[in-house]
Parts: sequence; C-alpha cells; structure tokens
Amino acid sequence: MTSIAPFVIFLIGAIIVSVTRGHVRSAVLVATPVIGALNLLSFSSGYSVHFELFEFTATPVRVDKLSLLFGYLFHLAAFIGAIFSLHVKDRVQHVSGTLYAGSAVGAVFAGDLITLFVFWELLALTSVFLILARRTPRSYAASMRYLIIQVTSGVILLAGVLMYAHQTGSITFDYIGLDGPASWLILLAFGIKCAFPFLHNWLTDAYPEATPTGTVFLSAFTTKVAVYALARGYPGTELLVYIGGTMAMFPIFFAVIENDLRRVLAYSLINQVGFMVCGIGIGTALAVNGAVAHAFNDVIFKGLLFMSMGAVLYRTGKINGSELGGLYKSMPFTAGFCIVGAASISAFPLFSGFVSKSMVMVAALHEGHPIIWLALLFASAGVFHHAGIKIPFFAFFSHDSGIRTKEAPPNMLIAMGLAAVLCVFNGTYPWLLYSWLPFPVDYEPYTVAHIIVQCQLLFFSALAFCWLKLSNLYPPELPSTNIDAEWTYRRLMPAVIGRIARALSWVNTGAVARVQRWLERMLLQIYRHHGPHGILARTWPTGSMAIWTTILLGAYLLLYYVAT
Amino acid sequence: MSDQEHRHIFDNPQNVRRVIYALYVVCGISLIADFFIHRHVDHPWEALVAFYCVYGFVACVVLVLIAKEMRKVLMRAEDYYDD
Repeated sequence: MTSIAPFVIFLIGAIIVSVTRGHVRSAVLVATPVIGALNLLSFSSGYSVHFELFEFTATPVRVDKLSLLFGYLFHLAAFIGAIFSLHVKDRVQHVSGTLYAGSAVGAVFAGDLITLFVFWELLALTSVFLILARRTPRSYAASMRYLIIQVTSGVILLAGVLMYAHQTGSITFDYIGLDGPASWLILLAFGIKCAFPFLHNWLTDAYPEATPTGTVFLSAFTTKVAVYALARGYPGTELLVYIGGTMAMFPIFFAVIENDLRRVLAYSLINQVGFMVCGIGIGTALAVNGAVAHAFNDVIFKGLLFMSMGAVLYRTGKINGSELGGLYKSMPFTAGFCIVGAASISAFPLFSGFVSKSMVMVAALHEGHPIIWLALLFASAGVFHHAGIKIPFFAFFSHDSGIRTKEAPPNMLIAMGLAAVLCVFNGTYPWLLYSWLPFPVDYEPYTVAHIIVQCQLLFFSALAFCWLKLSNLYPPELPSTNIDAEWTYRRLMPAVIGRIARALSWVNTGAVARVQRWLERMLLQIYRHHGPHGILARTWPTGSMAIWTTILLGAYLLLYYVAT
Repeated sequence: MSDQEHRHIFDNPQNVRRVIYALYVVCGISLIADFFIHRHVDHPWEALVAFYCVYGFVACVVLVLIAKEMRKVLMRAEDYYDD
C-alpha cells in the first residue's frame, strides 16, 4: 500500500507552511487537507498498522467506518478553515492550525490508547497558539488556563490508560464501558475535552478569546475528537444519557444572557455536543448514528456561525451584542450565511440539523427516556432562540449601531459559502451522509409529520421571541460577565489559597519575630557582660579564656556522662 | 459614504411589521395543519392537540424568564475577572 499515515500529511504541510510565505504558503495551506483527503481515499475500512511495543501491540493507524467519517470531516473542516484564514499574515496561526487539524486526524485514526494519548496532548499543545495569537493580556491568561486544563485531561487519560493496560493486558482502543477505576479515569479525561457539566468552562473561557480565525479551528476539533472517543469507548453507557441531557439544557440559559456573541456560540456548542453525548449514551444503532451524523453537521454549521462572527469581529473589532446591530447593511453576504448557519443549528427542514438531531430524539423516546426527550425538545426550542435568532438578530439587525464597514474579504466569503452549501446539501440530500454512518440507517427524516411538528416548534419559539421583544420582557444585551462553574477556580480557589498563604505568612512572621527577639535578648546579655563596658571586658583575653574553658569543660562533662 | 443616504429594507418600519405578520401567518398555518395531518406518535404527550406549538412557545418564555432571574445572581461587571 502506498498510502501515508493520515496525520503525516498535515505534519509535512505544517513544516512547509513554516518556511514559505505569500501565495506559496496559501497554496500549501489549502492543498494540505485536499491531499490528505485524497490519501484517505486509498484507505478502506478494516485497514490497520501494528507493531510490538514492549509486551503490548501498538496500532498507530486503524481505519473503520467510524474513524473514516470523522477523518473526512476533519479534512473538510481543515479545508474550510484554511480558506477562511488565508488573509491572515501570521505564520504562528497557520502552522498551529495545520498541526492542530493533523492532531485531530491522528487521534481518530489511533487504534491504541497510547497513540490516542499522544494526539490527545498534541491537540492541546498545538491549539493553544490559536488563542495566544490574539496577543492580548486576556487571551494570554485564557490560553494558560486552557492549556492547564487540557494537559490535565491528558495526564488523567494516561493514568487511566496505564491502569487499564495493567488490568486487561491490552492497550487496544475499543469498547471500554464503565468497569472499574481505570475506565472512570478515561471517561473523566474524555469528559473534560467533551465539556461535561462543571468541566466545561475551559471552552467558554478560551474560545471567545482566540483570534477570529482561530476559533473556527477550535470549534471543529477538540470536542468532536472527544465525541468520537466516547462513541468508540462508551456507547450505551446510561450515565451519558443524563450527562448529555444536562449539557443540552443548562448552557442555553447562559447563552440567553451572554453579551459576547462568540461566547454565546461557545455555550451553544456545549448544548449541541449534549445531543451527541446523549445519543452515545442511548447506544442503539439509531442513536449512535444520530450522534455521529449530528457531530458531522455541527462541525459545519457551528463553524459557519463562528466564521460569520469572526468576520464581524475582523471587520468591526467588536463582538458584544450590546455594541453591534444593523450590520446587514454593510455585510449582507455574511448576514445571509449566518442565517443559513442559524437555520441549520435550529434544525429547520431543508437544513442540516433537521436530518440528524431528530435521530437522537426519536431514539430517546424509543428507548424509554421521555423526560430526556422533553429536555432535548426544550433544548431544541432554546437553541433556536439563542443561536438561531439571537446571533443574527443582535449582530446584523436589532437597533442600528451606526457601524458602517466593508463586507468580509473574499476568502472569508468563499469559506462561509462552502459551509452554507454543505449545510443545505446535507439538509436536502442526507443520504450521502447516512451512507457513511457506522450502522445501516433505517430512518426517514422527511415525513410530513416530522416537518410539521418541527415547524410548529420553531415558529412558536420565534413567536415567543417576538412577543418577549415587543413587550420589553426580553433581557437587553448588557456589557457584563456571568459567573459560571469557572468561578471556583478563577475566584474561590485563588481567594482561599490567598487566605491560607496570608495565615501562614502571619504565623511565619510571628515565629520569626519571636526567635529574633530571643536572639536579640541573648546577644544583649552577652554584650552586657562581655562588651566593651561589660564586667568581663576588663580582662578580655582572660575573660574569653574563662568562657571557652567553661564551655569545653561543660562539653567534656556532658560527653563523659553520655559515654558512661 | 453612499451607505448613509441609501435606505435599507428594515429602515422602513412597515417592512418590520410585514415580517412579524408573516410570522403570525406561518404560525397560524402550522397550527391549523395540526388538525388535518395524522401524526405518528411515539409518546402520549405528543398526541395532545398543538403539543409542539404550546411546548415551543412556553419553553422559550420560561427560558428567557429564568435566564433573567439568573442575571440577578450571576451578573458581574465586565472586568470582574480582570483585576
């Protein structure tokens, strides 16, 4: 076989990008994922590479239907992201974006847990530069928090993997299931990257601080690698149904009151990943197919939404809902593409979300989870509310902010256009996507009933928005920070540690002062008897001799007692 | 800039009203369709008349009202974490 390991192409691409500039660099950036995808065509399901690693079998490349789907998806995302960032003159971002995409590709083709761990950490190390490249104090701080949490996830994964290897005698990455502490550790590591509740704030913290183009890359890879890992390691784990349901629900409340529109999208990213986690937890063929199909569609439409907001940030330098509005006048194409992304994430008929999200919801009902189904339905209405309406409305319509700018650069428009076409294509012709799913698909999205109920849900959600807005019940966009679980490590822990440190330093200074006083008193005593005016100073040499003789005799006496 | 003089579509309040009326119309149509289309239901709640209409509307109102209350507890100054 003449094919090359998929991530190697990105590695070579990144090396060439790092030494070229101008049009050559642009060509390499765009060509890398295309060559990667062509290389991928030569792989067929069932292909794998093995070698012996101590007493274990390492599988650096393993190809099957699930990894192929994510593999193609990541190549597609890297291609769109590369076009979107062509205008950027920053070498660091280009190299880091290419390596980051390669790490994601490497992770999904990893056939053993050690290889997975290596790419798991590379994902963190390569992506952090996309946040750092914003070059603001805020982005620096956010990137350091991001790095610490991501690397911690890797360390937990490694601990879990070592225990798992010891326990089972194998490092092959297949179904793990919840069984013993090793599997819990691995799940926790996956959960951090997947933004499980209370472990999610790295995402809402770092993604909005990255560069306008960096966030597009970030939104595509890390969480989806985690979704892939869950789909392989933990399908049918009931706990995930409830975690997924929670993830779909709680971020929408934060999204409604969030002012930074890219942070709104970060919350809605968690909400969409919730649907996938839930599907994986249900674990039936329909549910896992739904989760994977939704991951595919989400990368495209969430990427599109992040691209449209990236274009707004790039052109206006602003991203807060409270400062934007009326931009449809200056950026009509960006506005149009944003609306396509909004319709797709909201699962409007003919748009991509419609054909994948409902698979998970139908599966939830079939498997006897009516409460989860209600929660997902609530989340569907909510996502339309905060991502479908709020994002385009406050950026492009609402009150006119008076900002007049230029339409996004051509490369951004081409990238957004491509993503928009894919959203509509997958929405109108889902069969191609369905044929790539891990299980045979027995699901028909376009039934009259499904179209009607989905329209009812969305139209009446829009009606609610309209009514709340017209009756002034809708909360205005306010410049603010909303505290979330991150408060524990950004405020509470520093405060507690600070207090402990102060207490310790008080004890410390107290003790030092006491010893100091004691020493001072002793010196004063010696000075009094032995100093220039002391009684022993009259006969200094004799006095000193007397003292040393006394000390020596005392020591001798002591030794004598000890010795006998 | 010519942009300033040019009147855009939603500068005319009449057009905004038209969008809202269009929304009322599609809501009405989808609601009426509920009585004519036989829906396959997987759960008894789904069978309730206009279940999805009511749920969609109520869910969004509840969502926004709860989120507004959350602001009272969670909202801080924009530079809260900066110092």
